[in-house]
Amino acid sequence: MTYSPEVRERLETDAKEIIGRYPRPRSALLPLLHLVQSEDGYVSDDGQEFCAEMLGLSKAEVVGVATFYTMYKRKPSGEYNVGVCINSLCAIMGGDQIWDELTEHVGVGHDETTTDGKITLERLECNAACDFAPVMMVNWEFFDNQNPESAKQLVEDLRAGKEVAPTRGPGRLCTFKEASRVLAGFPDGLAGEGPAASGPSLQGLKIAKANGWEAPVSDR
Amino acid sequence: MTQLTPVLTKNWDLPNSFTLDGYGEYAAAKQALTMDPDAIIQMVKDSGLRGRGGAGFPTGMKWGFIPQNDGKPHYLVVNADESEPGTCKDIPLMLANPHALVEGVIITSYAIRANYAFIYVRGEVLHVIRRVQAAVREAYEKGYLGTNVFGSGYDLEVVVHSGAGAYICGEETALLDSLEGYRGQPRLKPPFPAVAGLYACPTVVNNVESIASVPSIVTNGADWFAGMGTEKSKGFGIFSLSGHVTRPGQYEAPLGITLRELIDMAGGIREGHELKFWTPGGSSTPIFTAEHLDVPLDFESVGAKGSMLGTRALQIFDETTCVVRAVLRWMEFYAHESCGKCTPCREGTYWLKQVLKRLDKGQGTEEDLATIIDVSDNILGRSFCALADGAVSPVYSSVKYFREEYLKHFEIGGCPFDRAASTVWGKA
Repeated sequence: MTYSPEVRERLETDAKEIIGRYPRPRSALLPLLHLVQSEDGYVSDDGQEFCAEMLGLSKAEVVGVATFYTMYKRKPSGEYNVGVCINSLCAIMGGDQIWDELTEHVGVGHDETTTDGKITLERLECNAACDFAPVMMVNWEFFDNQNPESAKQLVEDLRAGKEVAPTRGPGRLCTFKEASRVLAGFPDGLAGEGPAASGPSLQGLKIAKANGWEAPVSDR
Repeated sequence: MTQLTPVLTKNWDLPNSFTLDGYGEYAAAKQALTMDPDAIIQMVKDSGLRGRGGAGFPTGMKWGFIPQNDGKPHYLVVNADESEPGTCKDIPLMLANPHALVEGVIITSYAIRANYAFIYVRGEVLHVIRRVQAAVREAYEKGYLGTNVFGSGYDLEVVVHSGAGAYICGEETALLDSLEGYRGQPRLKPPFPAVAGLYACPTVVNNVESIASVPSIVTNGADWFAGMGTEKSKGFGIFSLSGHVTRPGQYEAPLGITLRELIDMAGGIREGHELKFWTPGGSSTPIFTAEHLDVPLDFESVGAKGSMLGTRALQIFDETTCVVRAVLRWMEFYAHESCGKCTPCREGTYWLKQVLKRLDKGQGTEEDLATIIDVSDNILGRSFCALADGAVSPVYSSVKYFREEYLKHFEIGGCPFDRAASTVWGKA
């Protein structure tokens, strides 16, 4: 399979815009690989060839980079990439149990996709939301404070095509391909949705306000 | 008692804190661009600001290392690749207050005479990336970025760059390789990035919180900043409490606050439990126990007690937690994230993981404890970057404080802890 002329033309336009952001073209490789995933849902053979052509690299150089980074999928993956944090803190707070029950419920393991092409499960490392543990991520949106039941319900809702919203994110969940396009540097207009901060993020500020604590006033 | 000092977190409870309306009009950057760049560097030196990404290197001194009038382009690269286990401050900061970062980028770039800056955000935080992209776009639209910033004649381009899932890219030279479009693998230092960084040009790499702190220093002065904190660890920082505390979250306080004070504010350890061990600054900083509750959380005091302040990622574990399990999971992380460049780290973390697995299952022997220390001795200081050194911190410190617990595992042929009791929904 190679890209149709229409797809190719569209990708080339995007690729040139990406390359134009950087002082040196090769810096565009990571966003270009995200762009390829936004088209194919993974870093396809064609996609890697395309990146190589756009940047004047050998395909081997592109593959060497693509295989280094875990966010680049090596095979077609689900519409929803469902991750469970299993680093120490989340694992201990319940992430291990969530993973065990979820993987049994869904019937696929790490980096495997359901036969309906909807769900890929992934064991995640720390996603910098430890104060919301246990944490899950779907298509790289936060699903904070999870438990085994909420995790299974989440996946059921996704498979049933119900609308699902992240806990700190936009009002609706993007597909994996849509998310990849944002990562390639093409905003989707959803930045204004969702809270500025919530829950644990505001804990310290709340206490400071309740006690009338402030940073010292400058004598300027 | 130490009081909290919200500066970076001050506007987070405004629903529009992430927009210019909720943030303000970049008064600090406007002021800075009327100053001599060297005066800004001096001001940041005088403030005593030290890197908030973990290492604590003096920020102003780092800027001062950039050679001037060298005819080469200079670059600012913001390290927004927050991935150290337990660390969760830059992500909410960029989500709620990205303009503090963008304004800091303008001031810093101007000070080091850079006309190009990059914000390298880890890829796994989609909404954070949206917010930073939107903040940069808003700043461009207002004329705060681009050509002739604020009509000052100064030009600055800012690019938001998404990573693709690699802890190692939080290491500054690996980040630079990644930003150049290569596998993210650390470089040998020297030369340091200040001399040969991005595209072999002089480059400052700073953490998000460091850069976001700069506008407040310009506005309020170096003395104001230096008036907070301790003698050698000045200013404020965001302390992130997670795990078995009643109210986990972000607490912005002067450096030197203690964990006892922070846990008090957080409502104590979860009800019916007691503190067992904790990390002062992420999994790469040696663990502490209840005996360290009163150690001032500043660079010197934490160092003197054998750990590191790191990123102020305070992961709290109560007595239901198996330390062997925690260390194993961290080691699985390091083995997974080792970039593979240096043999001691690549092979060593792999073997530590194998032996720790055996120990966790209660199938180990006392000799295994000597083995994990020996393997750690062969990793520490023998790789290019600090990931390797960080990987062995939990091994050394857990064996030091909890040797008996390791022994218990193979005495009874399994883990003596009930995993369900450690969970959020677990019964005491």
